[in-house]
Amino acid sequence: MSAASASVPRSRWLLAHAAAVFAFLYLPIAVLILYSFNGTGVGGFPPHHLTLDWYRMLFGDGAIWDSVLNSLEVALAAMAISLTFGVPAALALDRAQFPGKALFRRLVLLPLILPGIITGLSLLMLFNLVSLKLSLLTITLGHGTALISVATTEVFAGLQKLDRAQEEASLDLGANYWQTFWRITVPNLKLPIIGAALLIFTLSMDEIAVSFFLIGRDNTLPLEIWGRLRRGITPEINAVSTIIFVFSLVTIVLWYRLRVRAEGSAGVGAELMESTVSTQT
Amino acid sequence: MFSRAYKIVVTVPPLAWVVVFLLVPYLLMFCYSFWSVSSLQTVVHSWNLENYRELLQKPVYWQTLLRSIWIAARVTLFSLLLGYPLAYFLSFYAGRRKDLLYQMVIIPLWVSYLVRAYAWKTILGSDGVLNTLLQYVHLTSHPLDFLLYSPFAVVLTLTHIYTPFTFLPIYAALEHIPRNLVEASHDLGATPAQTFWKVIFPLSIPGLLAGATFAFVLSLGDFLAPLLLGGPSGIMISNIVVSLFGAAYNWPLGAAISLCMLVLVVSLLFFSERLEKKWSFS
Repeated sequence: MSAASASVPRSRWLLAHAAAVFAFLYLPIAVLILYSFNGTGVGGFPPHHLTLDWYRMLFGDGAIWDSVLNSLEVALAAMAISLTFGVPAALALDRAQFPGKALFRRLVLLPLILPGIITGLSLLMLFNLVSLKLSLLTITLGHGTALISVATTEVFAGLQKLDRAQEEASLDLGANYWQTFWRITVPNLKLPIIGAALLIFTLSMDEIAVSFFLIGRDNTLPLEIWGRLRRGITPEINAVSTIIFVFSLVTIVLWYRLRVRAEGSAGVGAELMESTVSTQT
Repeated sequence: MFSRAYKIVVTVPPLAWVVVFLLVPYLLMFCYSFWSVSSLQTVVHSWNLENYRELLQKPVYWQTLLRSIWIAARVTLFSLLLGYPLAYFLSFYAGRRKDLLYQMVIIPLWVSYLVRAYAWKTILGSDGVLNTLLQYVHLTSHPLDFLLYSPFAVVLTLTHIYTPFTFLPIYAALEHIPRNLVEASHDLGATPAQTFWKVIFPLSIPGLLAGATFAFVLSLGDFLAPLLLGGPSGIMISNIVVSLFGAAYNWPLGAAISLCMLVLVVSLLFFSERLEKKWSFS
């Protein structure tokens, strides 16, 4: 498209604006990483005495690693719950008619757009009612439930693009539904399912608003960090955050490659945003 | 082509799970909001409107709610001012670097919310990065103490967090605009500004509404940024709820406030959905 030579000044303004927004988005991340190497603490300009001490301290910090293990446990279990119920939910929305379907769809999506405090508190009341003691289990149930929305939207978007002829052929040729599901439906939905799993995993690892109300004795990583922030801040937090950032970055790059190879496009999470917006209708 | 049994198998388990873990808890919240607390701090299951009366009578509640709405409104406005032109630039002017730049907007989303809020705290603090930088270059001689523990810090941090959220649906909407519409507008003699305001902008309104709704709703219910960076003047409505469920131990009153928030949020979603439909041409 000829963006018209008359609009060159305009595109220059837009470029400057974009650069400023990127600076704003990345400034805290840059500061965070830089000060994880700062010998004299988290404030103070210019940073000096670059050191790896905070990382050394971090590796010797048992409480942090316990919370990392807890978070991994919760994220994996939440992933299992969300996929176990989210994938059938997408199939149901795509293929079945039942009373209350519209309400069901809205209900599934609600935790994605509701502030975490509402989901967290309402679950707290439920667990209190049935006298379930707060623990990693209650956090897992919370994450698993809230993130069904992610599995459902990603898989539902995949189903919309799916050609049903293959499933029909499989059924005609004598395979039962179970075989057809595992041999045709799931392989065809591989990408949305992997995408959903990665998103659920990352979102659960990072989740704090729901966990905040469902926490028992054992901390997840975000809650452990939260507890330390309340007590005062050290660059050890920067160090652990930097490590998480690098891990997330590696995950995104891997996912990007996978998706580009398969589809030629790489809208990580875009499907989610788009379908949240459009499935509200 | 799918049998009845298939439909039942894919429908019943998720439906049952969602009823138990989403619908029942929301209903429970509704019930709680009509109960009360005895002097022994146990919940009394007698139905009354006391909690709602208290909400209307004590100014602290609706004042805090108004402040939260005002904070969320500013976050929404700033996120749109940052996110919309960025999405427009990427969609129409970025050329081959579009994919890379798109990923660069997404990446901060994957950095923990808490970590980003914390990073702003280390930047804005009285011996934080910004204040020591200002003194280092002799722009100020004393630390500026309005930066942290103020509504300003909360608005800044939440804007940082929700800008990518508003960017995404706007970008998606802009990407869906058929480029030949834009060309036709140029060919028929419209200036770039006219093309933008008469063709592109109206077609992007559904995305803009979706982005604005995201930013507003999610920042309205936030309680972590205010706790971390807000100070006493940056308290938001969710902080009151947190304290009612914690130290103050008045779950019914907390439930009543939460329910008001829920109703506010759901009606907002409803209206933005209606508006989106009105503005979508497809």
